[in-house]
Amino acid sequence: MAKRSDPKPSEITPKALFYARRGLILGGTAALTGLAYKKLLAPNPKVRPSTPLAPEIVAAAPAPAATISDKKNTYEEITNYNNFYELSTSKYAVAEVAAKFVTRPWTVTVEGLCRRPKVYDLDELLKKFPLEERVYRMRCVEAWSMVIPWNGFPLARLLAEVEPLGSAKYVAFETLFDPKRMPNQGSPLLAWPYREGLRLDEAMHPLVLLAAGLYGETMPPQNGAPIRLVVPWKYGFKGAKSIVKIRLVETQPESTWNRFAPDEYGFYCNVNPEVDHPRWSQATERRIGEIGKRPTLPFNGYGAEVASLYAGMDLRKYF
Amino acid sequence: MGFAKLVVFVNALVPLALLAGDAARGRLGANPIELVLRSTGVLTLLFVTLTLAVTPARKILRRPGLIKLRRMLGLFAFFYGSLHVLTYLWLDQFFDVRAIAADVLTRPFIFFGALAYGLMTTLAVTSTQASIRRLGKRWTQIHKRIYWIAGLAVVHFWMGVKADTTRPAVFGIVIGLLLLWRYVNRTPRPGMLKDPAS
Repeated sequence: MAKRSDPKPSEITPKALFYARRGLILGGTAALTGLAYKKLLAPNPKVRPSTPLAPEIVAAAPAPAATISDKKNTYEEITNYNNFYELSTSKYAVAEVAAKFVTRPWTVTVEGLCRRPKVYDLDELLKKFPLEERVYRMRCVEAWSMVIPWNGFPLARLLAEVEPLGSAKYVAFETLFDPKRMPNQGSPLLAWPYREGLRLDEAMHPLVLLAAGLYGETMPPQNGAPIRLVVPWKYGFKGAKSIVKIRLVETQPESTWNRFAPDEYGFYCNVNPEVDHPRWSQATERRIGEIGKRPTLPFNGYGAEVASLYAGMDLRKYF
Repeated sequence: MGFAKLVVFVNALVPLALLAGDAARGRLGANPIELVLRSTGVLTLLFVTLTLAVTPARKILRRPGLIKLRRMLGLFAFFYGSLHVLTYLWLDQFFDVRAIAADVLTRPFIFFGALAYGLMTTLAVTSTQASIRRLGKRWTQIHKRIYWIAGLAVVHFWMGVKADTTRPAVFGIVIGLLLLWRYVNRTPRPGMLKDPAS
């Protein structure tokens, strides 16, 4: 005899429907989980298109001395794995945020202790100093490295043009400050704008570049468009991106990472396998595109060219 | 409850499937080893957090049956933790014993991570029904180590990032709230129930 609590025949779910519903729940939740994971937790590398540099601003012949024989990293690797905290703190996400970054009009102010301070329009600057190709190693403080064919001109040429005064001992660099275009500048992650500095003799070294392109392409925003500093024997963060100001000064200028954690990031930041970052070793590095690790070279392999700049200095103290 | 377990099991494997799919198509970006290391690390902490959320969830939602999901969530934390550690030992360090020993001993960030994983292993091996019976009251004591594991994992994550501490902070806050809930709703010890004035 049927009890009152028994389900009516119309309330019993047919077997097929029962399994269909379970399948739907499994599939549906899995899809949601996948979406949530990708959106919230997973790093998400994407590849972006490129734009060639105007041919007239690229000098025909690269400077032979400045070229190394290491295998170059691909354009995709160089433009999709970037540290640019103004845009995103995820190296995989910078390219996407950077896609909307507008780089014109752009001026670079060169000022401070010099005879001929000047506000340069970027295009004027690029016409005045033709770009050469320089293939440099880039060693990030995070213990990875790349080999990048930059298109740039020696910073020394620009500095010579403004004629530094005898009292000028250092050069300070400043990145654009515009929270509308650089979203993370709206939060106090680092002390914005990004600042870096070099001793004047370091800045005058012929290896130091102001780069406006790579692989013969206009500098992609994620790599520091429209113009950035490249100092190949120092950790990558020394290379201030999207520069708007270069100032000649008498005393050692402030640098952003040094201010953030003085015990972890020094003023000099020369690549040095002997001096570890407090939280990780600097003895080896992973070259992007390689599985194993390779030993890190003193001054990133540019010792022959630059070691004399630091003669007699204790590089453990001045790290 | 069998079906609920299946749903959790399938969902817990979704991130692994996505990671494997991306790896198979060469879409792990410029530094695949770092990406796998980060992904598995975050997933470990996520499952530790979910495991800690079971007790508050079953009380707040009045769903005591949720307890049946806890062991699986904990074991998934151990599973992703093992992938994380294996990635570090194998792909990051190539089983270079000296480099690994130096890393663990000289860098607090690695040390805390290693300690958390060591503790987690003790929970994983005592997660069987037999262990629960054999260890009795001690089992509960041993498995309270998850509080330490969660704390160490957050510190490990925090110290591993350069400046953007948003994610470790979010995990830290959620775990902090889950532990606070436990403190507020702790079972009164004998004696605590007595009115001190009486």
